[in-house]
Amino acid sequence: MAIHHGRGFACINYPIGMNLGGDPSQALVHSTPDGKFKVTLSSIDLGQGIKSVGRQLAAETLGVPVEDVFVDTADSDTGPHDMGSFASRGTHRMGNAIIRAATEARAQLLEAAAEELEVDAPDLVTDGRGNIHVKGAPSRSVTVEATATAAQFNQGRTLAGRGIFLVPLSEVDSDTGEMTPVSSFAHAALIIDLTVDDETGEVEVQHINSAYEVGRALNPRLVEQQLIGGAWMGVSHALYETTEPYYPDRSHGPIDFNHYLQPGPGDAVPHHISVLERPAPDAPFGGKGPGEMCANPVLPAIANAVFNAVGVECDSLPITPEKVLRGIRANGGARPQGRPGA
Amino acid sequence: MKSPVTFTLNGSESAVFVDSGANLLDVLRRGCGDLSPKYGCGQGSCGACTVLIDGEPHVSCLVLAETVAGRSVETTGGLASGPDLHPLQRAFIDGFAAQCGYCTPGMLMAAKALLDRNPSPTRSEVEEAISGNLCRCTGYEPIIDAILEAAKQRGAA
Repeated sequence: MAIHHGRGFACINYPIGMNLGGDPSQALVHSTPDGKFKVTLSSIDLGQGIKSVGRQLAAETLGVPVEDVFVDTADSDTGPHDMGSFASRGTHRMGNAIIRAATEARAQLLEAAAEELEVDAPDLVTDGRGNIHVKGAPSRSVTVEATATAAQFNQGRTLAGRGIFLVPLSEVDSDTGEMTPVSSFAHAALIIDLTVDDETGEVEVQHINSAYEVGRALNPRLVEQQLIGGAWMGVSHALYETTEPYYPDRSHGPIDFNHYLQPGPGDAVPHHISVLERPAPDAPFGGKGPGEMCANPVLPAIANAVFNAVGVECDSLPITPEKVLRGIRANGGARPQGRPGA
Repeated sequence: MKSPVTFTLNGSESAVFVDSGANLLDVLRRGCGDLSPKYGCGQGSCGACTVLIDGEPHVSCLVLAETVAGRSVETTGGLASGPDLHPLQRAFIDGFAAQCGYCTPGMLMAAKALLDRNPSPTRSEVEEAISGNLCRCTGYEPIIDAILEAAKQRGAA
């Protein structure tokens, strides 16, 4: 009876969004009378960070401080239409829609400022700190706040913008069946190191090493945190979670968190991540977003590592101690596969 | 049948009429308007509703409201003093220890109970202290790191 070490590897190419009906997202941007900007979306932030990233994208495009932008994801009744938060599409689809809306709002902001300064709008620039001034003449300036107040109370002008992002429908080639279902892919490779106890069948993940290519990491800390949390979920799916019964029939399935198993805080696995930044051409400032792919490669990598450790091929999830032990018994004992070159 | 219950909520006296059998979580959220403790499973196994009663962590969904009469209840709603965040709240923000944020109030209260009785815990003591609190997003690591960081900050202050 022994503890066996195993290493497993998996790669992933993950499509951003989908191609059904163009996969549209819309955004609306408008200013308050005191020069703050609101971004209205219908897709929600369920922890992935679209509120933070949307705020950054809008502020960068408008040319105003990020503190002066607020993202409202409250309500699909009152917000513009959006397909939703899924398919790893948020940053790419909503981000592009936000940039378009903010671009239109910025044009109106500069026109209103031009009227205040009695110059032409194309001669104006923003300093990103809440001021608008004439190119090359910083002293001829007006604040975003004063511009917004003047627009609303003197000029009778809105500072607002509408944005939509739509993926052109891809025609299917009738001869080859070839098409372009998505315009943007993210990529990753992931290595799992784990141990398998051939007496208990228990699998313990020891290290995760991964490299993720997600375009530009628009908010590096958020990206890293999403990848860490997602890998935890991958470990959980691979080794613990199931709604199917264990013994002897479905009525013995989990009914609460005491029976629906997940790794706890004591099972946190050290995860070393390299984020490779290769800005994507059709993505907002090059950012694609990790989304679902942060969990996906963990599962096959663990299955491969278990095979490497004891020679048991598990073809169903989760890889429970019972399945590992049955596999070892069927093989007549643990069969460590070794490491090439080791 | 309603009965009056008086207790201290985040340092202030609070008096509410509660239905017999009502749980503390329900009374805090609906009776007192303190929405900081979250309803997760309602069975005491997720920890999202964790509050401190006389300094000890409890899952408020399993506490009979009438039993807190005369006692002190602390929730995340009372952690900050005015504009000054509690060191734990600051460390959670700085360490990106929340994603969806639903488990965060329970995590903060479990962590506060730990740091109040053990100002410089080890990593495994932190893991033990939050082992009754489930998190679906973060993978726990940033939460553990944030609690250790808050302990360090409080020690330095």
